[in-house]
Amino acid sequence: MTQPLLELRGVHTHIGAYHILHGVDFVVPEGEVTMLLGRNGAGKSTTLRTIMGLWKASAGELRFRGERLDGLATPDVAARGIAYVPENMGIFSDLTVQENMVLAARAARHAGELDCTRLDWIFGLFPALRKFWLYPAGKLSGGQKQMLAVARAICEPRALILIDEPSKGLAPSIIQNLITAFTELKRQRTTIVLVEQNFTMARALGDSVAVMDDGRIVHRGAMRELAEDDALQQRLLGLSLGAHQ
Amino acid sequence: MTTSPATATTTGATDTQAVPRSRFDWKPLALLVALAALALPLVGNPSTWLTLTAAGLAMGLIVFITASGLTLVFGLMDVLNFGHGVFIALGAFVATSVMGAASGWQGGAAQLGAMFLAMLAAMTLAGAVGLAFERVMVRPVYGQHLKQILITMGGMIIGEEIIKVIWGPQQIPLPLPEVVRGAWFIGDAAIERYRVLAMAIGLVVFALLVYTLNRTKIGLLIRAGVQDREMVESLGYRIRRLFVGVFVAGSALAGLGGVMWGLFQQNVVPQIGAQVNVLIFIVIIIGGLGSTLGCFIGALMVGVLANYTGYLAPKVALFSNIGLMVAILLWRPQGLYPVTNR
Repeated sequence: MTQPLLELRGVHTHIGAYHILHGVDFVVPEGEVTMLLGRNGAGKSTTLRTIMGLWKASAGELRFRGERLDGLATPDVAARGIAYVPENMGIFSDLTVQENMVLAARAARHAGELDCTRLDWIFGLFPALRKFWLYPAGKLSGGQKQMLAVARAICEPRALILIDEPSKGLAPSIIQNLITAFTELKRQRTTIVLVEQNFTMARALGDSVAVMDDGRIVHRGAMRELAEDDALQQRLLGLSLGAHQ
Repeated sequence: MTTSPATATTTGATDTQAVPRSRFDWKPLALLVALAALALPLVGNPSTWLTLTAAGLAMGLIVFITASGLTLVFGLMDVLNFGHGVFIALGAFVATSVMGAASGWQGGAAQLGAMFLAMLAAMTLAGAVGLAFERVMVRPVYGQHLKQILITMGGMIIGEEIIKVIWGPQQIPLPLPEVVRGAWFIGDAAIERYRVLAMAIGLVVFALLVYTLNRTKIGLLIRAGVQDREMVESLGYRIRRLFVGVFVAGSALAGLGGVMWGLFQQNVVPQIGAQVNVLIFIVIIIGGLGSTLGCFIGALMVGVLANYTGYLAPKVALFSNIGLMVAILLWRPQGLYPVTNR
C-alpha cells in the first residue's frame, strides 16, 4: 500500500478549556478528493485548523509525506504545499482581487510576476475574477468571494488543498459552478480535503469519505458506498442523502 | 499530485453580476478643506488665517509623524501601546545631545546637517529601543488589551525615569538652528521656516508610507495583516517578523516625531511623551484605527483646529481636539477611514 499524503493518528486538540478533538485518525490518499462530513460542531473545521497549525494538537501525530507536521508553525505548514480555504473564506476585503492573488503567489512581488498561463487557467475556471480583477474584493458577491478564495489556493501548484464548507450560504447556481471547478481540479488528480454539508457536492466530488461526530472519526470508506446506503447515512449523519436531491 | 493549468477548461462560472466600482472617499478631505474655509470669515484677516493654517498644517504633520507608527502597530498587531510616548521623548532628548554637541557647527549646511544627524540618531535609537520594548514588554501580552495598557504604561513610566537619570529631570532647551529660524512672508502672512521644513518632512514620510503600503509586497502584507493575520500566515508568511518590523519602524517614526516636536516647542521635558500621547491617540481614533490615510487627515484636522481655536477662543482650544473626536465619531463611529475588520 502506498503511503498516504496526509495522515492523522490519535490527534487531540484543546481550545482553551474545551477538548474538541478526541483522537482523530484520518488518512488522505494522494490524488483523491476526501470528504469530511458530520454534524455541526463535530470537529471538522477544528481538524482542518489543526492540520494547518492554527490550533496546536495537544496529542497525537500529523504526518505529511511521512514528515511530522505537529509542532510546525502555520507558515511552515503552508510552505510544504498545503493551501487552506477557511469557512469564512479569509478574503482581504480592502485589497483588490489582483492584490489577493499576488499575496497568494508567494514567489510574485507584484502582479507582473504572476504566472500568466496559470492565471488564464484560473480565469477559465472562474471568469468573474478576470472581470473584477482590479475591484476591491470586499465588493464581490458571496459566490465571487468563494471563487477568489479557491483561486488563491490554486494560484501556485499545491500538494494538498483544505477547503472548509465552500458552498455555505451560496445560491444553487453558484454551488453548481463550484462543483464544475472542483471537478476540473479532481480530473487533474489534485488532492483535496473538502469539509461539506451540501450532500449534492459531497456525492459529486468525493472519492473517499470520513464522517466525524463528537471530535472523532466514526466512519471511513468510499463516498459511493455512503451515498448508496440510506441506513448508513441515517445512522451517521441523521439524515438521508436521498432527501437532499 | 499538484494542480496544473495544462488542460484549462471553462466551466459555467458566470457569476458576473455588477460590482460597485470602488471610489476614493473624498468626504474626510473635503471636511478638512471646509474646516479651513469656515475659519476664514471667523478669523477675518486673510493673512492671519494663512499664518494660522500653515502653523496648523505643520503641527498636524508633526503629529502625523509621531502617530503613524502607532496606528500601524495597532492596526497590524492589535496592540494598544500606551508606551509609544517614550519613543517620542527619547527622540527629543537624543536631539538635545546631538544638536548640543554640534552647536559649534557654523554655516547653514552644517546646521541642517546637524539637525538631520539628530533625526537619524533619534530614529536609530528609538527603533533599537522599540525592538527591545516589543520583545520584553509587548510580546508576552499579545491579544490581552488590558494587560497591554497596564504594561506599556508601566514601560513609559520606566522609560521616563531612565531619561531623567540620563538627561536629568529639568527642562532642556532645544533651540532651532539659525538656518531655520525666522519666517518667509507672503503678503502680510508670516510662514515660519521651520514649519515649512516640518511640512516637507511630514509629506515625505506620508509619501513613503503610502508608497510602501500600496506599491510593495511588504505593504500588501501589512494591509492584509491588518485585516486577517491568520490568513496571512495560512498563505505562508511569517507575520511575527512583520510585527517586529512594523513595531521598530513605528518606534523610529516616533523618535523622528520627537525631534520635530521638541524643535517645534524649542524645549524638551521628560514628560513630553505623555503630553503628546493623548494627542496622538485622539488622532488615530479620529482617523480610524489602523488607517494611515485616516491618521494623516485626522492629524491635519487636529493641527488646524488647535490653531484656529487657539486664536479665536483660547479657552476652547483646551478641549477642541476632544470635541472634534466626538463630532467625527458621531458621524463615522469607526473613524474617518475605517479599516474593514475593526
